Amino acid sequence: MPSHDVLIIGAGLAGQRAALAAADAGASVAILSKVHPVRSHSVAAAGGINAALKPEDTWESHAYDTVKGSDFLGDQDAIEIMCREAPDELLHLEHIGVTFHRNDAGELGTRAFGGASAARTYYVADITGQAILHVLYEQITKYHETVNSYEEWFTTSLIQDDEGTCVGCIARDIRTGEMELFNAKAVILASGGNGQTFKPTTNALICTGDGIAQAYAIGAPLMDMEMVQYHPTTLAENGFLITEGARGEGAHLLNSDGERFMEKYAPNKMELASRDVVSRAEQTEINEGRGVGADGQGILLDITVVPRKRTLEALREIVNIGKDFAGTDITREPIVIRPGQHYIMGGVKTDVHGQVPAVHGLYAAGEVACVSVHGGNRLGANSLLDTLIFGRRAGQHAAQRAKSMPMPTTPTSRLRQDLEHIDAIIARERTGRRISEIKDELGTMMNRNVAVYRDADGLATAHETVRRLKEEATTAYIDDRGTVFNQDVLGAIELGYMLDTAEATVMAAIERKESRGAQFRTDFPERNDDEWLKHIDISRNGDEEPHVTHSPVTMTHWELEERKY
Amino acid sequence: MAEFTLKLRRYDPESGEAAYWDHHTVDLEPHLSVLEGILQAKARFDGSIGIRCSCRAAICGSCGVRINGQPALACHTHLDQAMKGSRDGTIEVEPMGNMPVLKDLIVDMDAVHWSKIRRVTPWLINKQPVPEREYIVPHEAMVDVTQSMACIQCGACVSDCLSMEVDPLFIGPAALAKAYRFVGDPRDAQHSERLNDLAQDPHGIYDCTHCFKCIEACPKGVAPMSQIMRLRRISSRDHGIVDRNNGERHEIAFTNLVRDHGLLWEAELLPRSYGGDSWLAKFGPAAGQELLSSLPVIGKALLRGKVTPMGALKAHKLPDEDLQQVKRIYETVEGRDEAERYELNLYISGYDEDMEGAEGPAPDAATAGAQGGDGGMAGAESGQPGQSPERSPSR
Repeated sequence: MPSHDVLIIGAGLAGQRAALAAADAGASVAILSKVHPVRSHSVAAAGGINAALKPEDTWESHAYDTVKGSDFLGDQDAIEIMCREAPDELLHLEHIGVTFHRNDAGELGTRAFGGASAARTYYVADITGQAILHVLYEQITKYHETVNSYEEWFTTSLIQDDEGTCVGCIARDIRTGEMELFNAKAVILASGGNGQTFKPTTNALICTGDGIAQAYAIGAPLMDMEMVQYHPTTLAENGFLITEGARGEGAHLLNSDGERFMEKYAPNKMELASRDVVSRAEQTEINEGRGVGADGQGILLDITVVPRKRTLEALREIVNIGKDFAGTDITREPIVIRPGQHYIMGGVKTDVHGQVPAVHGLYAAGEVACVSVHGGNRLGANSLLDTLIFGRRAGQHAAQRAKSMPMPTTPTSRLRQDLEHIDAIIARERTGRRISEIKDELGTMMNRNVAVYRDADGLATAHETVRRLKEEATTAYIDDRGTVFNQDVLGAIELGYMLDTAEATVMAAIERKESRGAQFRTDFPERNDDEWLKHIDISRNGDEEPHVTHSPVTMTHWELEERKY
Repeated sequence: MAEFTLKLRRYDPESGEAAYWDHHTVDLEPHLSVLEGILQAKARFDGSIGIRCSCRAAICGSCGVRINGQPALACHTHLDQAMKGSRDGTIEVEPMGNMPVLKDLIVDMDAVHWSKIRRVTPWLINKQPVPEREYIVPHEAMVDVTQSMACIQCGACVSDCLSMEVDPLFIGPAALAKAYRFVGDPRDAQHSERLNDLAQDPHGIYDCTHCFKCIEACPKGVAPMSQIMRLRRISSRDHGIVDRNNGERHEIAFTNLVRDHGLLWEAELLPRSYGGDSWLAKFGPAAGQELLSSLPVIGKALLRGKVTPMGALKAHKLPDEDLQQVKRIYETVEGRDEAERYELNLYISGYDEDMEGAEGPAPDAATAGAQGGDGGMAGAESGQPGQSPERSPSR
């Protein structure tokens, strides 16, 4: 049975960064992912990564912007760490080979991004995530002697010893169907978010909340789950992401009257206000009848105001997306966009070392985790930073922890349980619903009721629907009876993960009776610091009905203020 | 909505049966992708259809397949587009070539593609000392290697590489494009060692036959063959690497023969590729040996009338005027400074009139707002049609 000091589940930016950091700290490392590492969803991050690296910029300014962006729900100690450590992390990436954009002097150059008081976003054209992910994978290849990469292995559950310490996982080799128990002194979850619980979403098909649900299942609380980011510019047609870099380069948002409506909502920052603010403004325009497109559900993003040469060099990917997926030449005409689900601020509650306080031996980093640096709303280009900083910190901390302990041993009986579960899904009678139908209903329903604007009635509907779908999922059937690349049975397991995390999201949204960050309740339209300046934690504690508790927000240097852009 | 019939190549390694065709009719908007079609078939009719996919937006590189015989990303090919290439009224989808099939449309990327990537030492070997802050490098150099960084490792180029079909050990287009990413990166310390390694390998840069298949196949404009040609040029011209595969000599012989005679002189090509760039080459030991071992081929060619003894002894004749034109092309290209060496690059587009203020903020809000509806204005001002890569200096 494979045994490693540190086992990392998920091989996007957080996972790969954790693996490299743990290896540098002397640990033996396994990194396991259900897709090949370069297919991880970090690859889709377009716009860039924030760091206060310029001499005239300061980490304090970056931190303040992040605190304000979070609508004061972010934990300020964690935000401080992230912003202080950002410049060194960025230089580290540059040193290992990321082909960051240079200015004419050959130094690192920046672009402007939303919610930031200075241009501090470093980038590689509009493929920043891809460039960083591929360079980290180059390093993983270089580290092949200390980092074992298990590619296309699907984790089915986390395992605990008698004291409840997490000591590994059970995973299925997708290629052969073989189940394996992985032993480890520490487990780092880096398996991303659950965007697929919404339809449409900018997120890839693999973003099904696996790690969130697995941690939740063994008693880890989920924090800030109500905070779901709707990105202001997703393609109206199919929900594909149009990078915030477009607005960073100067693009305008226009309503059906051709009006640059952000003047009304954020007169200072205009299109570069925080994402929640811009998405809400767009939705308001649409709701009030000033949307564009056949159904009036769109807004125009006008990139033609950006010099064409600049667009072709710096926004290449969205030129292609416009052309290939919407038939629009964005250098010649505006493109129809709308707000769309993009990111979840919430996740498995961790401390600043990535440790999950509720489960010893378990860590989480990246979108799967909630440190919380993003609070109610994440700033653009802070997510790559979050994955790298807390991925590295988790990797280092887990490696240190591993030094002082023996390798745990786990009875293989746990393996049988997961195998039986999979066999039972495969053997289900074709009497229930299809997995795909339930997934579709979940996504459409979440996007209707748990979106930019929410209210008690819609959320109650959402809650009922999720509970019904959970019930239906237990009898949903699949077609594939095989073992080699049985994607069908994995889809059934993923559906379970999605439903668990969606339920937590809905319950947290019901609980928070105020409007803050991405959570806007039309029935409670104001921010209410007296009652709701706190995190909402959802935990399972064994029973089926999730448990709602609150925890304080860590405030250090930055005082509450009204949030205006 | 329109109906499309997908003809999927299915293979179940557990069944003991051969591969077969499976038909599904899906109902979708014509501009949606073939992947959406396959996903609909999977969702509605048969969940056991195997295909790797994730982002649906041509960035994760998972869904490389062959559509109507051509390599492509399933998510990056519209259904109506695919129908135009149809051979029998259906959209035919098969697994990629040159890699073993694991199940249905899923191939073993690791056995071929990734092992070749690992072959090229795919990580930066830092130029020392590593600076405290960033390496100071030209803007153009970073944009230049970003073209190779844009590779999403989908394997489409590997699928249809003709050289790899003949020589499975060929390092191949994707891995060599990856190699260029380091050779073109001014922060890498081992350009010369990398180039020497790739030139001396009998399955290295000189194994490519310029068939352009990889350029056509690449969904991201990486143009792997162009990167291979740049590796060759840098290897021979800048580093003076003479390889044991006679690749460098072959290129010199080829280009010089065309310059001198306007057309290729096939009978001279082989001896000069082995013996050096002179008529006397054929008497050198290396060329002699090669000529000797090629005698059966030469004999067959003579027998079948592919060449005549007279034709082989004399170069093809081109009208003088045409020959002078060829020479002028050579003079123009070879007369360029190093700094002016022109390369094609995805991210560098030539000068256009919008260039002024490229780094600054966009023009005034009011004027832009007014043109929101008609969309034609910005286009009318710019002279250059389309967004095809334009020629531009690099390096």
